[in-house]
Amino acid sequence: MSGLLELTVAEAAGRIAAGEIAAGEYFDAWRAAAAGDELNAYLWRAEDGVEGTGGPLAGIPVAVKDIFCTEGVPTTAGSRILAGYAPPYTSTAVRRLGEAGARVLGKTNMDEFAMGSSSENSAFGPVLNPWDRGRVPGGSSGGSAAAVGGGLAPCAIGTDTGGSIRQPASLCGIVGLKPTYGAISRYGMIAFASSLDQCGALTRDVTDAALLLAALQGRDPCDSTSVGIEGGVEAPSREDLKGLRFAVPGELARDAIDSGVRAVFEATLETIERLGGAITEAPLPHAEHGISAYYVIAPAEASSNLARYDGVRYGMRAEGAGDLTEMYEKTRAEGFGAEVKRRIMLGTYVLSSGYYDAYYGRAQRVRTKIASDFAAAFAEFDFVVTPTSPSVAFGLGEKTDDPLAMYMSDFFTVPMSLAGLPAISIPAGLAEPDGGGPRLPVGFQIVAPAFAEQRLLEAAFALEREIGFDAKPGEGAGG
Amino acid sequence: MAELEAVIGLEIHVQLSTRTKMFCGCELSFGDQPNVHTCPVCLAHPGVLPAPNEEAIRYALQIAVALECEVAPRSIFHRKNYFYPDNPKAYQISQYDIPLATGGRLDDIRIHRVHLEEDAAKMIHVGESGRIHGSGASLVDFNRGGTPLVEIVTEPDLRSAAEASEWARLLRTTVRQLGVSDVNMEEGSLRCDANVSVRPAGSEELGVKTELKNMNSFRFLERGIEAELARQQELIGAGAAVVQETLHFDPRGVTLTSLRSKEEAHDYRYFPEPDLVPLAPTEQMLHEARGSLPELPAARIERYREEMGLPPEAAAQLAADPEAAVYFERAAGAAAGVEPRVVANWVTGELAAALRQEGGEAGATGSKVEPEALAALVVMVQEKRISHGSGKTVLAALVAEGGEPGAIVEREGLAQISDSGELEAIVATAVDANPEAAAQIRAGNGRAIGAIVGAVMRETKGRADGAEVNRLIRDRLGV
Repeated sequence: MSGLLELTVAEAAGRIAAGEIAAGEYFDAWRAAAAGDELNAYLWRAEDGVEGTGGPLAGIPVAVKDIFCTEGVPTTAGSRILAGYAPPYTSTAVRRLGEAGARVLGKTNMDEFAMGSSSENSAFGPVLNPWDRGRVPGGSSGGSAAAVGGGLAPCAIGTDTGGSIRQPASLCGIVGLKPTYGAISRYGMIAFASSLDQCGALTRDVTDAALLLAALQGRDPCDSTSVGIEGGVEAPSREDLKGLRFAVPGELARDAIDSGVRAVFEATLETIERLGGAITEAPLPHAEHGISAYYVIAPAEASSNLARYDGVRYGMRAEGAGDLTEMYEKTRAEGFGAEVKRRIMLGTYVLSSGYYDAYYGRAQRVRTKIASDFAAAFAEFDFVVTPTSPSVAFGLGEKTDDPLAMYMSDFFTVPMSLAGLPAISIPAGLAEPDGGGPRLPVGFQIVAPAFAEQRLLEAAFALEREIGFDAKPGEGAGG
Repeated sequence: MAELEAVIGLEIHVQLSTRTKMFCGCELSFGDQPNVHTCPVCLAHPGVLPAPNEEAIRYALQIAVALECEVAPRSIFHRKNYFYPDNPKAYQISQYDIPLATGGRLDDIRIHRVHLEEDAAKMIHVGESGRIHGSGASLVDFNRGGTPLVEIVTEPDLRSAAEASEWARLLRTTVRQLGVSDVNMEEGSLRCDANVSVRPAGSEELGVKTELKNMNSFRFLERGIEAELARQQELIGAGAAVVQETLHFDPRGVTLTSLRSKEEAHDYRYFPEPDLVPLAPTEQMLHEARGSLPELPAARIERYREEMGLPPEAAAQLAADPEAAVYFERAAGAAAGVEPRVVANWVTGELAAALRQEGGEAGATGSKVEPEALAALVVMVQEKRISHGSGKTVLAALVAEGGEPGAIVEREGLAQISDSGELEAIVATAVDANPEAAAQIRAGNGRAIGAIVGAVMRETKGRADGAEVNRLIRDRLGV
């Protein structure tokens, strides 16, 4: 029944609801597909089928990033320190999907504690890009992106702290939606940087992203910072962009972008105009400092969030420690990978007495300025658009020895995270990597004001329809 | 050398008696089996978030209002980061630069700040030392972890150990009367640390202070401060300097030991808790906090002294115990025509003594003596319907069996002899029976009258008024 796997989630849900497909049959088809994972996308896969369920996502299998706690099911956040850990509770996001009728198909691989842009920082081996297995799928939600892009799951959820949904979606040729900070509960989502982390969807198309968002969003008493999206989310239907104003931040666009990515980006701007949208260059003067501010704020919060992994209550505990301090030190030395340790040290340093104002305080002021820039832009424009990633998927190992180069992968996605804004990446075309090679997917990012998800999805839907991206990994990779 | 003056400030932690913990739904308990009141949140499992307890916020506001503090419109929770097994998140959620309330007073001691935080878990160190260093093993009981705490910090306004302990008692009474805490020092629901320094009397500058911990009774608080003041005075007297440090009070030998500097050398890396929004009490909440304030001890003492004419000691004694105060006020209200001062004397004097005699634990409120019955008894004595001595007899009967004093007087035949002819006859017989005493009285030894009064009282079974008996004896002897 390979035909089942061609359906989008919206189509499959419709046919299951109409009784044309059995939920169990659909789930089993995807279990079989997931079992053929050669990308190291999954860390755990469901062993049981499902019975019929109700709800808008009845019978829909969802690949879940291994950062979401699932009761009784291994949850590692890609870290050795949580190897063997099965949480005693389920995250709100997964619970809501379940209430809508969806079921967990598997837990997907990721950069350890969501720290990374290539999914090479997993303690359980790197994830491979479905378009070219010598390349990375992006990160940190690389397992979720590779699973959807590689035909191992119909849809997935991930988390985005500085681009961790949008950038891998871009590199794997799928849709990645990061909602407004506060739209979806973070309860049960293993924290990396609490003021930035947000759950979102990785799907084949914009309609599916809307469907997942509708199920996921909402205020949760377990998360004081969650508010939900007023009025909910509906399936988008807009076919044009008439009267809509799109801002292109000149400061960002001038920076180093691969020529192939630039070409796809400019072609997409023309598509927007063809649909009736207006393109204007607009200032976002502080956005270029986003990476600097982000790499102070996120590690600072991470250094505190990750301090609970001490070997006392759960997860890994190092053997052979003589006293408490040694147990802490050995456990954390053995349990954490290099990038996590780098960020813990960075974060500890910037919060230290005497350095707080110079680093953390200053980064927060930059963050405020970036948010003000966006607020000013949205006073005049409906959307801000950028490429999602400065390059197409890069080679495995290409940037692992150069953290700064790796950090720059999130140049276009970090400012929106700092401002807490909703943003979506949709596949806009294929481009050759700088230096040549088979053509790979390029993402186009659209950003909207806080909680304007519906407006964002409508525009993305119209643009997606006009672009008509239908390349598949096999074809793209084959040239 | 100039005389040294003590400068003392207190830091008091009050465990709130809410139904559940500060940031999760676990019930509060004392003395239950270890680790039965725990959940993923208070065990700091990956992905959990704090959800503030509204009841705790209301209680804390009541304390702030009772201490005449100014409540911050938006106070901020911070993370205080440190590794220790009693602190499973490796940070305590507390308040730092913008606490719940500032600038109050209780009696004439100024309050620096009042803030909300969560308690740590309880550690039990197995082995000789009783501390983590040198213990064979350490056990953690998370039942207490996450209990709501209010920290109250005074200005350094206290000038002696006795004043500090007396003020701490007043604070305990005040908080107890609000009904927001058990304020039991032995059980740890009230914990009191002291900052102690000395300076030349009259100086405005503060000396180097030490912080005293682990004084788990008011007596130990006083003795700990006394011991530390003596130590500091001795140091300065010998020309040495006080070193700023934290001292652990050991009640067994009334000794103070310095905590190892390693335990002290913390950089807590405070930063705003990103998982919580600012705490912004509504007008309604503040209104309710103010409206729920009972009359507090300081105000009650003043009313007892100014309006009811009680002596200072009796006013303080009755006001310190809300139940005793209610009892006294009911009795004073029922004792028509009797000054409250007299009723207060009976409550704090005769009744307290009779209850002690009976050996019961209960105070006046828990006894069989209804306040109205005590009032009726006092009225009978004041109106000389029975003698003071008979009054004590009736009170003993009331303590033992309850009931109405009038009925007891009747049953025991204690009514005062009102027929002066009858009393005169008894006096005449007594004088004749004690010629030696009569002679001494005539010779000017007034004290010899006791023997004759005693004889009359024996004969009348105490039903005679002592003053009247004295008068009749002197009349008869012509002195």
